[in-house]
Amino acid sequence: MESVIFYLFSAVLVASSLAVITVRNPVHAVLFLVLAFFTCAAIWLMMEAEFLAITLVLVYVGAVMVLFLFVVMMLDINISVLREGFVKNAYVGVPVALIVLLELIAVVGRKEFGLEQMPAPVRHAADYSNTKELGRVLYTDYVYAFELAAVVLVVAIIAAIILTMRRRPNTKVQNIGEQVAVRRDDRVRIVKMASEKKNDGSAT
Amino acid sequence: MVNFEIPNFVPALPEIFVLTMACVILIFDLFIKDNDRIVTFVLAIGTLVGAMMLTISLSETGRVLTFNDMFVSDPMGNVLKVFIYLVTAVVFIYSRQYLKQRGLFKGEYFVLGLFGVLGMMVMVSAHSMLTLYMGLELLSLSLYAMVAFQRDSLSATEAAMKYFVLGALASGMLLYGMSMLYGVAGTLDIAGISAVVAQSPNNIILLLGLAFVVVGLAFKLGAVPFHMWVPDVYQGAPTPVTMYIGAAPKIAAFAMVMRLLVEGLGDLHGHWQTMLVVLAILSIVIGNVVAIAQTNLKRMLAYSTISHVGFILLGILAGTENGYSASMFYVVVYALTSMGAFGMIIVLSRAGFEADNIDDFKGLNERSPWLAAMMMILMFSMAGVPPTVGFYAKLSVLQSIVQVDLVWLAVTAVVFSVVGAFYYLRIIKTMYFDKPEDTAKIEAGMDMRIVISLNSLGMLALGIFPAALMQWCIVVM
Amino acid sequence: MIDALLTMWNQLPELLQTIILTVVKIVAIVVPIMLSVAYLTLAERKVIGYIQVRIGPNRVGPKGLLQPIADGLKLALKEIIIPTNANRILFILGPILTLGPALAAWAVIPFDEGMVLANVDAGLLYILAMTSMGVYGVIIAGWSSNSKYAFLGALRSSAQVVSYEIAMGFALVGVLMAAGSLNLQEIVLAQKGEWGIVNWFMLPLLPLFVVYFISGVAETNRAPFDVAEGESEIVAGFHVEYSGMTFAVFFLAEYANMILIAVLTSIMFMGGWLSPFEGIPVLGALFSWVPGIVWLLLKTAFFLFLFLWFRATFPRYRYDQIMRLGWKVFIPVTIVWIVVVGLFIMGQVGPWFD
Repeated sequence: MESVIFYLFSAVLVASSLAVITVRNPVHAVLFLVLAFFTCAAIWLMMEAEFLAITLVLVYVGAVMVLFLFVVMMLDINISVLREGFVKNAYVGVPVALIVLLELIAVVGRKEFGLEQMPAPVRHAADYSNTKELGRVLYTDYVYAFELAAVVLVVAIIAAIILTMRRRPNTKVQNIGEQVAVRRDDRVRIVKMASEKKNDGSAT
Repeated sequence: MVNFEIPNFVPALPEIFVLTMACVILIFDLFIKDNDRIVTFVLAIGTLVGAMMLTISLSETGRVLTFNDMFVSDPMGNVLKVFIYLVTAVVFIYSRQYLKQRGLFKGEYFVLGLFGVLGMMVMVSAHSMLTLYMGLELLSLSLYAMVAFQRDSLSATEAAMKYFVLGALASGMLLYGMSMLYGVAGTLDIAGISAVVAQSPNNIILLLGLAFVVVGLAFKLGAVPFHMWVPDVYQGAPTPVTMYIGAAPKIAAFAMVMRLLVEGLGDLHGHWQTMLVVLAILSIVIGNVVAIAQTNLKRMLAYSTISHVGFILLGILAGTENGYSASMFYVVVYALTSMGAFGMIIVLSRAGFEADNIDDFKGLNERSPWLAAMMMILMFSMAGVPPTVGFYAKLSVLQSIVQVDLVWLAVTAVVFSVVGAFYYLRIIKTMYFDKPEDTAKIEAGMDMRIVISLNSLGMLALGIFPAALMQWCIVVM
Repeated sequence: MIDALLTMWNQLPELLQTIILTVVKIVAIVVPIMLSVAYLTLAERKVIGYIQVRIGPNRVGPKGLLQPIADGLKLALKEIIIPTNANRILFILGPILTLGPALAAWAVIPFDEGMVLANVDAGLLYILAMTSMGVYGVIIAGWSSNSKYAFLGALRSSAQVVSYEIAMGFALVGVLMAAGSLNLQEIVLAQKGEWGIVNWFMLPLLPLFVVYFISGVAETNRAPFDVAEGESEIVAGFHVEYSGMTFAVFFLAEYANMILIAVLTSIMFMGGWLSPFEGIPVLGALFSWVPGIVWLLLKTAFFLFLFLWFRATFPRYRYDQIMRLGWKVFIPVTIVWIVVVGLFIMGQVGPWFD
């Protein structure tokens, strides 16, 4: 039963990953990527890594890919132009890719990473909580790396802010505070003047 | 409850100090006016000085591991860190005027610079592939942002884009290699990997991982054939940022190579030596030959960086303690010298004018004989002409490879250094024998003149008395 | 008869048994939700009607009680129009993707002690993950409709949901710190104590409670955060091209999400199924017979009423105001309060953290 589900999810994962790079429409590609993440999370769940699985859905599917989709939807990408050089480069690219693939298979094949070398992990008891275990090592053994990751994120935030927050020339900004603070006297001036005399009755 | 021993924080005090100060400066900078920005600058320098004092005070302790063996504090690391602070502080001092003239004098430059320093410190002190990579990313992220700092400059944006894309690719390579090493060793710990490698030195996956790691390192160092980003980034970035990239990160990169290849994969020396030989030879040849054709000084210095990286790799590939210390000496000297060369560009620049073409140095002797003399010392040091320190650095590296019977390699390196000397000497010729085209007064302030003089004279002094620094480099290995 | 059924049941293979049991449980949760949604629409119209000094629907059935049935029937009989040049598959998928997560999140909701479909350890994270999935339906619907109003609505909605999710997530961090668990059942039990209502997280986490609920209103695109629909600006936003049942599904999802947020707020901040009078001398004994689920439903009903009340009271936010509220007010408030909660825990401030 479990292996049936596993193969089902794996098939979906492989198929959707392939679809990501083959479909013509970029929005479809992103959606397939979402599907790939989702099935990947499901496979992780089967490996008792529920925290990682849910975080994958939460962070990548729920936030990162939404923004990605956001950007891709607004881009007007012409796929046919992007693919123009494909055939020309394929003569070089495909053989190189194949050679690298064969080399990798030769090295990282079943001989090294087969089922004998990498046996299935031991099932944990029902009260095993992956979340707790992760929390435990994250804040003890790996606390240094964890803090470093936080610093990296801080730098990313600072970088993003300094690169985007600037006064562009020629942009008009609405200053709401100023607008609200406007009083009648700032806008309207009442001028006292003598009333004009009517013309001699004949309106021209 | 969890069995957990509170780690020993003392060895990491400099890191903690720099991080805290970077955050403090970041927040402090929010509340000061543009005219008082100098306070940020002073605080940044103060941070570096403080960190230097902390590191020196810790240097007595010898080799200490902490944070579950993810962090190592050892003599080599301490010496490298001290030079990182020194170099960065001088870079900050050089940058001040340039940034001010171009409206870039903002707190973020210094904050990012300090975060970059933190990244370098983490790399230098890494004892796990995880922390090594984290430090590298911290540094790279700061650098990308600093290159793109001048948002209205198209060339800076382009350079940042190239740097980011290629840097990400390099990180990917490095990570891929690391993941293979992890797959075999089952640990991220450098000492653990070393133990596994000692047991099975011919494991083919280890070798594959090694290949990817070397490619990643070569990318980050800018060694040929992974050097494409170097000239564009050096030329496109604002000069102070170029100076920052060109100086201290090279020291950190050296530390990264030492930690990964020598400490972690030392038993695979036979394998990575061949790879490094190819990288070093190509770097020295292509760096020196292509540099001749450049008319832009920043671009020329970029190619000269590539050739110097070749020399740094030469020392490491020797695989002896002599070689390592020679390499360390070389990288420190190179960082100090290149800082001076870029500093000279800043000294000659002024608002709205970049002195980054070789032609801008025409007749510098007539305009300011002192600065011309300083530039001459720096160029001599880069070319490796005695009695400057550059000569001694090259000599010790070459000695170390001759000792391991790689004479042909040494000969090739010497031949192409002679080729390289041509373009350094051309600058000297331009300064002394050409008529000045630009006759404007040199606006550099007194502080910059003093720093650049100290910088150049230091190169000369080190060349005459190299023993002290060399001794340091030997002792810590 | 019963014996015969039992023996038949026992003869079934175990796998089938679990599947049947789960399906029955799911039906037992989904059907009441759907009914509640139907009557929530009626309640909304009535409540808003009375707030605006009207009567509201009162023609179909006694006191208008059959109105939702009539509405549902009408929607079911309408033609489903698929616009030309719309992306057919995604157009149909949109509403399904909105409703799916809205219902899936209910799997971990405990209605009473032990009364939960799946007692997941990382329940809180699961809820967050599921609610964040809902935005895909909106984006896909807006994009596949091939209409500019729908597209604008989708963009607004996704930006809003992603922004408020952060504040929501931080608020939940406070809850899990206070409870020391991600399991919703344990979160409720952590609020049990001798002081009854005082023990609920509502008090120590007051800012987080407020932020969470307001973010919940924003996440469900309800007034005053309904710029995604904004009928006066972009017609009806992302579902402008939908009709008949496809439209009804969006409607169902929106209301199911409202109920979900209301239930979650009661569980995490208002003690879930716990009685407010527990531990109070006279009242506690007086109300001890009330089953927990009644308390939970009462609390949920209260929050649902707040949803309606907000809608009738506040004018719609402008888009930049929404963003400012989310990023510059809520996120800082929650971050600060997380630190405060940490201090509470360190100081063992009673009666919650001792």
